[in-house]
Amino acid sequence: MGDPDTLAQLSLLSRDEADQTFAEPWQAQAFAVVVEFIESGRLTQEEWSQRLSAELKAAEGRGEYDTGERYYAHWLAALERLAVDRDITAWNELAAEREETRMNDHHRRNEQLKSP
Amino acid sequence: MADDKPAQADYDLRTRALVSVLTRKGLVDPASMDAVVEYHESQVGPHVGAGLVARSWVDPDYRRRLLADARAVAREDKLTGFQSTDLVAVANTPSVHNLVVCTLCSCYPWSLLGLPPTWYKDSSYRARAVIDPRNVLREFGLDLDDEVEVRVWDSTAEVRYLVIPERPPGTDDMSVDELAALVTRDSMIGAETLTAIGQQ
Repeated sequence: MGDPDTLAQLSLLSRDEADQTFAEPWQAQAFAVVVEFIESGRLTQEEWSQRLSAELKAAEGRGEYDTGERYYAHWLAALERLAVDRDITAWNELAAEREETRMNDHHRRNEQLKSP
Repeated sequence: MADDKPAQADYDLRTRALVSVLTRKGLVDPASMDAVVEYHESQVGPHVGAGLVARSWVDPDYRRRLLADARAVAREDKLTGFQSTDLVAVANTPSVHNLVVCTLCSCYPWSLLGLPPTWYKDSSYRARAVIDPRNVLREFGLDLDDEVEVRVWDSTAEVRYLVIPERPPGTDDMSVDELAALVTRDSMIGAETLTAIGQQ
């Protein structure tokens, strides 16, 4: 696991943190998708553990040592990759869906601004 | 603490897009996803594990069974998550201190302890807990005597660990519920030891 020199540069560990379950709503959503997949038998604990671990390793390989704060970002990336690998969706479908969601948000915001 | 705002907005967008694709294809149900989140935010948490630990302090037979086959005990107690995953309970003693990590990702006994704390997912913790557990514990504020053996348990998708901390001194007159209130999440990972007032 990681070379000692790099590890030595990491800040000292601290157990201090706010005792909250999810920092942002999207983290809860991404978490829930995986739980649903596992409970419905679409995904095993083993496969998820391997996929998440690969995502974390890749990030560390890029020098992105993290203090656990970006954990759900890696979780989300692993989940997107799973959906694409399984042919559930494709990268371009996800991109198109994001664009549509963004446009809908934009539209809704404008509507809200218009209403008194 | 989360990333900066623009990054959070991007993660939020990506998550919503993915969830709507999955919902449209009938692979997830937003209502049951809400139930999953609700369950993990309100129902499961360290109080579940604390109940097991406190009972193990007052009931020697329960303790024996817990240490012999924690998974069977967890299933008797109707705890979820141990259908395909094993659970092992390890007890701290005056001469042995146990510490749990997942070097691969963040495998954790969620139904007993709730979601893992941020430091448990920290790449530094995941890497160093195995190599240098004494110093990690020292940085956590736990300075163990040299005579105390430190055992590190690396969690996997197949097996999760629960540390049974030592019962704090001066708690002989306490009820099981009072004892359970002393047991912290971090003590059940092995990141701290307990004192009678519950805090160090």
